Amino acid sequence: MNSFADQLLVLVMLINLVMLGSSRLLFSIRAVAVQGAILGILPGLIHPFSGHLAAITVGIILIKGVLIPYLISDAVRKAHIRREVEPFIGYVPTLFLGAIFTALAFVFAEKLPLAPEHKELLFVPASIATLLAGFLILTTRKKAISQVIGYLVLENGIFIFGLLLTEAMPFMVEAGALLDLLVGIFVMGIVINQISQEFSSIDTSRLRALKEE
Amino acid sequence: MLYALVLVPLTGALVAGLVPDNRLRPVVLPVVATIYLALSACLIMAPSAPSAGGWFWLDPLGKIVLLCVSILFTVCAYYGVGYLRYRQERSNRVLCIGLLICLAAMGLVTISQHLGLMWVAVEATSVSMAPLIYFNKNARSIEATWKYLLICSVGIALALLGLLFLAYSTYVAQKDATLLLSGLLGTARELNPGWLHAAVIFLLVGYGSKMGLAPLHTWKPDAYGEAPGMVGAMLAGGLVNCAFLAILRVYQICLASGSAELLFFQQVLVGMGLVSMAFAAVFMARQADFKRMLAYSSVEHVGILAIGLGLGKGALFGALFHLLNNGLTKGVLFLTSGNIHRSYGSKTTEVVKGVLTRLPWTGGLFMAGFIAITGSPPFSPFVSEYTIVSSAFIEGRYLVAGLFLLFLVIVFIGMALTVLPMVMGAPPDDVEPTEYRDSLLTVGPPLVALFLILLLGIWPPAFVIGLLRDGAALLGVQP
Amino acid sequence: MTDIIIHCLIALLLPPLLLGVITKTKAAFAGRVGAPFFQPYYDLLKLMRKGSVFSTTTTWVFKAGPLVTLAAILVAALLVPLGRHHAPISFQGDMVLFAYLFGLARFFTAIAALDTGSSFEGMGAAREVTFSCLTEPTLFIALITLARMSRSLQLSTLLTYPTPAIWLAAGASMLLLVVALFIVLLAENCRIPFDDPTTHLELTMIHEVMVLDHSGPAFGVILYGAALKLLVLGAIFINIALPVTTGNSYGDWLVFVVAMLVLSVLIGVVESVMARLRMVRIPQLLVGATILSAFAMLLVLR
Repeated sequence: MNSFADQLLVLVMLINLVMLGSSRLLFSIRAVAVQGAILGILPGLIHPFSGHLAAITVGIILIKGVLIPYLISDAVRKAHIRREVEPFIGYVPTLFLGAIFTALAFVFAEKLPLAPEHKELLFVPASIATLLAGFLILTTRKKAISQVIGYLVLENGIFIFGLLLTEAMPFMVEAGALLDLLVGIFVMGIVINQISQEFSSIDTSRLRALKEE
Repeated sequence: MLYALVLVPLTGALVAGLVPDNRLRPVVLPVVATIYLALSACLIMAPSAPSAGGWFWLDPLGKIVLLCVSILFTVCAYYGVGYLRYRQERSNRVLCIGLLICLAAMGLVTISQHLGLMWVAVEATSVSMAPLIYFNKNARSIEATWKYLLICSVGIALALLGLLFLAYSTYVAQKDATLLLSGLLGTARELNPGWLHAAVIFLLVGYGSKMGLAPLHTWKPDAYGEAPGMVGAMLAGGLVNCAFLAILRVYQICLASGSAELLFFQQVLVGMGLVSMAFAAVFMARQADFKRMLAYSSVEHVGILAIGLGLGKGALFGALFHLLNNGLTKGVLFLTSGNIHRSYGSKTTEVVKGVLTRLPWTGGLFMAGFIAITGSPPFSPFVSEYTIVSSAFIEGRYLVAGLFLLFLVIVFIGMALTVLPMVMGAPPDDVEPTEYRDSLLTVGPPLVALFLILLLGIWPPAFVIGLLRDGAALLGVQP
Repeated sequence: MTDIIIHCLIALLLPPLLLGVITKTKAAFAGRVGAPFFQPYYDLLKLMRKGSVFSTTTTWVFKAGPLVTLAAILVAALLVPLGRHHAPISFQGDMVLFAYLFGLARFFTAIAALDTGSSFEGMGAAREVTFSCLTEPTLFIALITLARMSRSLQLSTLLTYPTPAIWLAAGASMLLLVVALFIVLLAENCRIPFDDPTTHLELTMIHEVMVLDHSGPAFGVILYGAALKLLVLGAIFINIALPVTTGNSYGDWLVFVVAMLVLSVLIGVVESVMARLRMVRIPQLLVGATILSAFAMLLVLR
């Protein structure tokens, strides 16, 4: 089962790169939905079955795979956002940076003092790579909605690391974290809608009224 | 009893959501606040024990934060009834619900002993506060909300990663992976140092950005500047203290894990604290927007909190005391600044002049708040800052103490340059008259808060001192 | 000995059929009957019987171009194992020779195009070398990854190395390699979405624009060389993507030929359902393929 989990993690990392290279907003949203759904499948592959596990699987797939992407695409519809991503730097350079970050994640994960049973798995490098990809999307895209997607990817990266540690995260905490994320995205969606009404664009480079003179 | 701290505000939020009338709805706030204050007073006075499983315990550190939050919320709630009368042009439903949910989340922060649960609660406070910053519904407040949401969400996400690292450090050490504070403190000595180190860094970055420690403070002036006064007060006195409580928990773990990690953590805290004070000192001088000025004052004071924690020993007592004092004083300042904003319809110092003439009570309170926050006697921030700086001298940290005093002086001068022209002088003639007048509900609550910090400064009640001692004892100071 | 003869026969005779299969698939998608499967053979025979016209501005380079290209690809075809059989020529380090033979072929195609002095062909040559800068690393990294896995620098060994067991163990990196190599296969053979071999607008062409001035037998040689290149790259792809063996030598040959034909159908399907990419987006996809193969290498190296 572990090798299947590893292959899914490779897919997760590929989705990062796809998102970095793609210019279509709706495509990115779908990609992040697929990534979320994969995260939902993963716990079932590495931990023995239990009621807790089933609940978490359903919860993650529902929230990360369905609800959040729905909220974001709803915001896209309501705010009449143009379909391009509009990066600050080009796609190819971002893609290169993403690839370099992924490689660095592997190098870094190699150096970490991991527990022996986790040494062979891809969880830690995938987690770091996804985290960094999220940061990259967050910082290189102009649109508020892309920044939300970046935040989601970053959160997914953290989540992958958390999968190693389901014992430490009781159900209540996991559910709370997911709920917080959901509400956070919901609020962000509303704010994006307001931004588009107020500025007739969701280009965050226009948000610069507040600064020190 | 403990769970009521969460359930009462949530019920209040539900009621506030159901009340249809915009004038009647704010009354829910003081009702809930009064019950909450009575409840927390009972809980704080009574000795407490961990709940079964160790998930919940209102320990002395939690009690200190709860004390501050419940008093501050009560002050803001009564003020809110008066304030929202002047804001009838827009619905206050979201504001009331958000404040109450935030109160519930803050209550959860103070009682939770499971770091994961605490993280969920801290995240809930940030998310529930976001719509409140946006209360004014204009371009500037959207911008502030967006920055706040994004920076805090990412920061908090990093704190979650820190927590996971912490849990992993127990896992690598062949212990049961747990985030229960009691469990972590028990096994702290055997934790894997590498992972612990990474965890501490990420937790500090995460909760530090929530707290507004420089250089992670960039959202703060915007959010504080654009939020209504009472929301600003809750941000500066409530959310900051909740994030600080999270950092105190990290401190506890570092303390239990042995000297190396603690030393690192303290050094970073002192460094970040000094940087925060320096930033505040630079940007506060000649600040044209008095709410932004208050935000930088908040950056300065989280810096003081961090330095107090970083110095350890006697300064810890000062830091815990300062947590209380800063929260209440910020309440006075933000609430009165809300009054000034209402009265002048502007928050730039070019327009706002002669507050003392135009609004004698508000002006006087704002002035007194300024004197208190800059650490002048006889108010309590003086006592806590004095404790920190004297402890620094006793420990031989002359450089830290010197810089600390230097920044305090610069801040005092900078703030005075903004505040004095505002308060003194004659009000300009061309300011359009607004309907705002000082009333019992808009001036009374900050007056009570001011009275409390005066009381804490001159004759601190024995139970507060006892509470602070117990809190410091949890942080490793022998009484 | 039989294997060598079959290898040579397949390498010499199969390529034009692949083009025919692709055209037939596209015709089927478009709802037409399409040209017969063997049309490319007729075309080649027709071209061979015609005379050639050479511009007076061209030199011997122009005439040598198609021949050197075909020769280089023919040698490359002898280096690559077809299916599960070792190639006729095989030695340690032949993968480097293989890569350089491709480079040589490309160099002569480009320089022959430049030799005409036509601005269109110069443009095509510039595009060809630009994009090959992006495809060559992918191919090289893919081969290096396999070399690392099989611990051999011999094409015959490293390309017959993948087995179902290896797919199960290192499925992720194998999958990445397959995807990357498929992109290279399409790009190197001037297929949609990178280039349209049937387009008649010089401005949008890459490879076809370079060979505009060739006619008669020279053009036939170019067409044949292109088909052979498809076979060679397709063989690499199939060796990795379809690591099965029947145990019987003749059975394996049959599997290979059928797989090649299926691959042609697949290419035809891709050409039918996709549109040509905008020129500016091509490097993006090629870089993506490079990153995929680099990623596969990363997974193998760790």
